Amino acid sequence: MYFTTLSDALHMAGHGPYVWVSYAATLLVMFVLIWWPIKQRRQLIEQQQRIQRINASSQGNSSLKDQED
Amino acid sequence: MWTFFHKLGSPKWFYDISGKILLWLAPITALLLIVGAVWGLFYAPPDFKQGNSYRIIYIHVPVAVLSLSGYYLMAIAGAIHLIWRMKLADVAMRCAARMGAGLTFLALFTGAVWGKPTWGTYWVWDARITSELVLLFLYMGIIALYEAYDNKVAASRACAVLALVGTVNIPIIYKSVDWWYSLHQPATIKFTEKSTIDPSMFYPLLIMIIAFYCFYAVALMMHMRSEVLVSERKTRWVQEILEKQS
Amino acid sequence: MMVRDSLWLGMLATLRREMTLLWRRKSDSLNPLLFLLMVSSLFPLGVSPAPDVLALLSPGIIWVVALLSCLLSTESMFRSDFDDGALELMLLNPQPLYFHVMVKVLAHWCLTGIPLAIMAPVVALMLNLPPAAIPVLMISLLLGTLPLVFIGAIGAALTVGLRRGGVLLSLIVLPLYVPVLIFGADAVKRAAEGSFAPGQLAILAAFFMLSFALAPLAVAGALKISVDS
Repeated sequence: MYFTTLSDALHMAGHGPYVWVSYAATLLVMFVLIWWPIKQRRQLIEQQQRIQRINASSQGNSSLKDQED
Repeated sequence: MWTFFHKLGSPKWFYDISGKILLWLAPITALLLIVGAVWGLFYAPPDFKQGNSYRIIYIHVPVAVLSLSGYYLMAIAGAIHLIWRMKLADVAMRCAARMGAGLTFLALFTGAVWGKPTWGTYWVWDARITSELVLLFLYMGIIALYEAYDNKVAASRACAVLALVGTVNIPIIYKSVDWWYSLHQPATIKFTEKSTIDPSMFYPLLIMIIAFYCFYAVALMMHMRSEVLVSERKTRWVQEILEKQS
Repeated sequence: MMVRDSLWLGMLATLRREMTLLWRRKSDSLNPLLFLLMVSSLFPLGVSPAPDVLALLSPGIIWVVALLSCLLSTESMFRSDFDDGALELMLLNPQPLYFHVMVKVLAHWCLTGIPLAIMAPVVALMLNLPPAAIPVLMISLLLGTLPLVFIGAIGAALTVGLRRGGVLLSLIVLPLYVPVLIFGADAVKRAAEGSFAPGQLAILAAFFMLSFALAPLAVAGALKISVDS
């Protein structure tokens, strides 16, 4: 371990802000890249629920296309 | 053999198998990332010339490597879609474009932040950063082209063509910028120096590169899975999955 | 034998048609030249009129502005054909689209790129480029504008069906222009400094050949996509 105390590690002999800003930016980008598909999926579920409610309320036959893949 | 290839193009098959892969790949990725980062941040010795700021290398290099590999993955996926009309390849291309743009931006950002303590300025027109900037423009061009088309089927094919054109050009661009930079390089400092890297610094770098490749795979699969759900949302198997989740 | 004859005839017909159309719309060829003149004049106004500063910057300025003129002129390359349906007819043609595209873009270059190369000495005079560099300037532009027009054609073909293609075209095409710019501007800079190196011109010639041979493939593919959409 090259840093004895936590404040040493944060300071990194003056280069601390640069290193930590870079790592923080990376974490941010990685987080966004993981969160985006999760959000997309949630939106899709909500959209489907809305459609099903509309279908049920209009008393139409909610036809699910039988598409095999 | 062709049945395997045909199955490869099936979104449902992809969704199922990627779900299984993610179950073990995601934890491994997280582990590798943590090990690599902790090792690089705290256990590797500080550099003789650059001090502690060189630790940014453990992010900058993997991300830069991936931004380039990601472009080739995107271009190959686009080519497959263009030739064989495989829906999955189209999904892969689009997801790779988004991810690649983010990673390229990150490479530029970390490069700039690294530049400040090392060379005194945030932006230096050196060969690698300039090539990376051009790569970012290439990615943004592809994303912009996709958004501009109303007909999304044509949009994918147009982006595939553009990605292929970019593929041919990337080596040319790199070599030109490299050569251009060698003309203007100040004699005192060698910015892109290929110094022999000490093993104690090299191993964490290797781990981080592998970790980021795994991360790319994980994130790409997640993107592709949700894209597949969106584009196949009218089919029965997707409806079943969505109902189970809501 | 007959197929080859008819391919040549087809290409000549396309060439004749393009030249006639472009000649009729002379403003399409004049506008890039005016652009070159006017935008080059902006630099002394915006940066500095000092002769030595201009002399230093002029190779790059002339090349960048010539590059932008090419870009602007390629935008409308396929638009009128797309609008009136001639493009679809071209696609229905049994002969390979590759050759017709090659000839069409070549015709466009003849009436865009070559005039730029000829006009360049005037701009060089305004920007105080050392006279020794002017022949190299003209040759480099002659060699370099063809790749620029051919690569621009790829972008034009990809965006011809879109409503607001203009800025998108620049975004797509400019990264691909970087190598041509680097070598073209450097060739002129070397000549301005007095040391002439034919290597840069040779590389420009390589780009010339490469884009002439390969770009029509991408253009043809892109045109098919645009028309089908």
